[in-house]
Amino acid sequence: MNNKDFQIVVLAKQVPDTHNVGKDAMKEDGTINRAALPAIFNPDDLKALEMALACKDSLKDIMPVKVTIITMGPSRAAEIVRESMFRGADNGFVVSDKRFAGSDTLATSYALSAAIKKLGKVDIVFSGRQAIDGDTAQVGPQVAEKLEIPQITYAEELMSMTENEIVIKRRLDRGVETVKSKFPVLVTVHGNANDCRPRHAKLLMTNKKACSASEAKEKNIDMEALWASKPYLKIEEWSADDINPDFERLGLSGSPTKVKSIENVVLTSKENKKINNSESEINELMKELISSHII
Amino acid sequence: MNFYNDNKSLKFYLSHPVMDKIIKLKERDFVDCDNDMMAPTDVEDAIDSYDKVLEIVGDLAANVLEPNSEAVDHEGPQVIDNEIVYAKGTQKNHEVLRDAGLYGMSLPRKYKGLNFPYVPYVMAAEIVSRADAGFANIWGLQDCAETIYEFASEEIKEKYLPLINDGMTCSMALTEPDAGSDLQSVRLKATLDEENNCWRLNGVKRFITNGDADIQLVLARSEEGTTDGRGLSYFLYDRRDNAVTVRRIENKLGIKGSPTAELVFNNAPALLIGERRLGLIKYVMSLMNGARLGVGAQSVGLAEAAYHEALEYARQREQFGKAIVNFPQVYEMLGIMRAKIDATRTLLYETSRFVDLYKAYDSVSKERNLTAEERQDMKYSQRHADMMTPMLKLFASEYANQIAYDCIQVHGGSGFMKEYKCERIYRDARILSIYEGTSQLQVVAAIRFVGNGSYLKRIEEYEAMPLAEELLPLRQRLERMKEKYVAIVAAADKFGTSSEAYDFLARRMVEAMGYLIMGHLLLQDVNRSKELNNTEAPDFMKSCKIMIALGESEIAKILTFVENFKEEDLQMYK
Repeated sequence: MNNKDFQIVVLAKQVPDTHNVGKDAMKEDGTINRAALPAIFNPDDLKALEMALACKDSLKDIMPVKVTIITMGPSRAAEIVRESMFRGADNGFVVSDKRFAGSDTLATSYALSAAIKKLGKVDIVFSGRQAIDGDTAQVGPQVAEKLEIPQITYAEELMSMTENEIVIKRRLDRGVETVKSKFPVLVTVHGNANDCRPRHAKLLMTNKKACSASEAKEKNIDMEALWASKPYLKIEEWSADDINPDFERLGLSGSPTKVKSIENVVLTSKENKKINNSESEINELMKELISSHII
Repeated sequence: MNFYNDNKSLKFYLSHPVMDKIIKLKERDFVDCDNDMMAPTDVEDAIDSYDKVLEIVGDLAANVLEPNSEAVDHEGPQVIDNEIVYAKGTQKNHEVLRDAGLYGMSLPRKYKGLNFPYVPYVMAAEIVSRADAGFANIWGLQDCAETIYEFASEEIKEKYLPLINDGMTCSMALTEPDAGSDLQSVRLKATLDEENNCWRLNGVKRFITNGDADIQLVLARSEEGTTDGRGLSYFLYDRRDNAVTVRRIENKLGIKGSPTAELVFNNAPALLIGERRLGLIKYVMSLMNGARLGVGAQSVGLAEAAYHEALEYARQREQFGKAIVNFPQVYEMLGIMRAKIDATRTLLYETSRFVDLYKAYDSVSKERNLTAEERQDMKYSQRHADMMTPMLKLFASEYANQIAYDCIQVHGGSGFMKEYKCERIYRDARILSIYEGTSQLQVVAAIRFVGNGSYLKRIEEYEAMPLAEELLPLRQRLERMKEKYVAIVAAADKFGTSSEAYDFLARRMVEAMGYLIMGHLLLQDVNRSKELNNTEAPDFMKSCKIMIALGESEIAKILTFVENFKEEDLQMYK
């Protein structure tokens, strides 16, 4: 990579679709039954991708900008990279290794920060505010700490973007705040931010055959010739060895979080509330439902 | 929700055996696959790309366009400072389809297009229309690019075609206050401005769909002193020249999101497309067929939306202790709706394939000489496109209206209220059998293929196609229908083909032929679907049987009427 290029990284995660949970979503032991839930692009991360692409749009006429996806997960997380390429990302890496299994947010942010360091100069790191499977909102901030760069959390709107600074509107509990930062910076993007642009027909046709070595092996297709002529079709995979980590800090050994017990909570209706058929009361109800994350 | 993935028929027609030939021609045997990143490597790869791009269309149609459709219908466009401003939802729809790269789908890649054949492009039109038939006009007018590509100079092509993909909108300005169905009497004046090396347009156009578009194709009288079609030429006006004012937009019954404008051309600079004097007789005639194909797609898409609305309501609504879908009079309506949609859809893609073949040959012929065999195939395809297009426009638009009518009927009293979507669909449907040539004009276009036997010849080709043995009884019923059709035409012929009585009976003859064509096409679909032996293949059997039963009874009715008809009966109607 050319060091003069403006490098944007988007951290994106493939998650089980917890918004469409059926009755077999949880296994006996209380862990997620991943087989029963479709794997989707974490919604906040898609919004982070949009903000990254919007940054690229505002700079691309004055300098080369590259948007790179980093996703950590099993090999099928390459789908996240492909999906991002269909929408405008330039390339992506799947950070995948059995040694990452059991990572909590501390170990995850450690592995991700090591992967980002491997890329070299990075100007902005975007991530979603939180993933819908864990809802911790910790990974983004922890990555910023480990990279020792400033962070802007809960970004709702990209106000402006130049080659020297970014201005972002943050969504807070009781209002908004507009902040400005130089680079490098890490930004976590709130669910209220702009929806991601659609897949682009041409990008889709260009990149639809992109895959990782693991995927090629699994599907038993020989990609070598195609990768040689069209290298952008290879989705690179990084193992633990590739990111030069302190192995103690990866996976279970790097995760101080221990699950003590899991309870199966069945919600039953206990109280009810009468709403009059007026604009204002319905608005209040909508606000309440939204703030308690029911809708 | 995805309006492509939830409709197995589309995938089924995408893999029709004739697609192989179409794609090879369109892709020039895949010559670009090494130097163009998005060019396909083979037929399978091309179909995979169409499939995946249609999935984008289906997603955006179901999740952006459809949810916007109600607000767009209420808000509508406005004229502000002599310019048209779209409803907010329309603007959003346009942006999202532009951002997805879905403008200029059929254009060659060198003009920033996707180089898609008509079949997948028409599917996209059908899907967009299912979400919002009014918006389908604004999106569908990218068809103007096809006219520019076919007939304009390379200079105009290079300047304007890539802009379509960037989201520049198009319109075609043909109609004037005194020139509707009769375009020969167009008066808008074009004069050569030699000093500025351009043409100047002066006059008024009326009922122009998407009238204030960025690129406008305008039919105008370039030859002073002429009064007929041979004095008309075709021009391109660039909105950035700011020389056209929008006098008003119409307040319409339906497709309210699609602005219909009255335009005043004030010495507007314009570029000549192709040659002088060929405006109406060659270029407009050609684009008119494309526009009629577009209305066919729009009709099928709208009908699909109406069917879904009706079916869902009939399953939910309970009366006398059960869902109304279980009552014979209700499920009959629904079954016939489904059959009419399947019948017109198969005609839509049959027509699209013929259009694809002749357009692809035409485009290849600009690069190299066609072989004798190819020339013959091109002529054959063009003739069949010309003969299927009016049949498609006639049946698809009339059926869309009938289906929208029945959709309200299934809803009962609720359907008459503004709360349900069926009322908008019903209003939107009404224009389909009127614009781009009324149903009556489609009969005029189709009747000559009745007279010269071209349709009948095509029926004989269908009869000769291979068919599974168990389907032969259905074909025999179609053969008996054909005998009746022949008797109908013979009875009408007795009055002489240029008589008023023959014109009077024309619609009945054309309709009788329509039942035959749709019956055969559905039967072929049943056959291929069975051969595929794939659970993903749609089952056309019910629709095929319903359409044959319907055709049988309609043809018998027509035969009775024509046989009893006497020349003096004309007086009764006057």
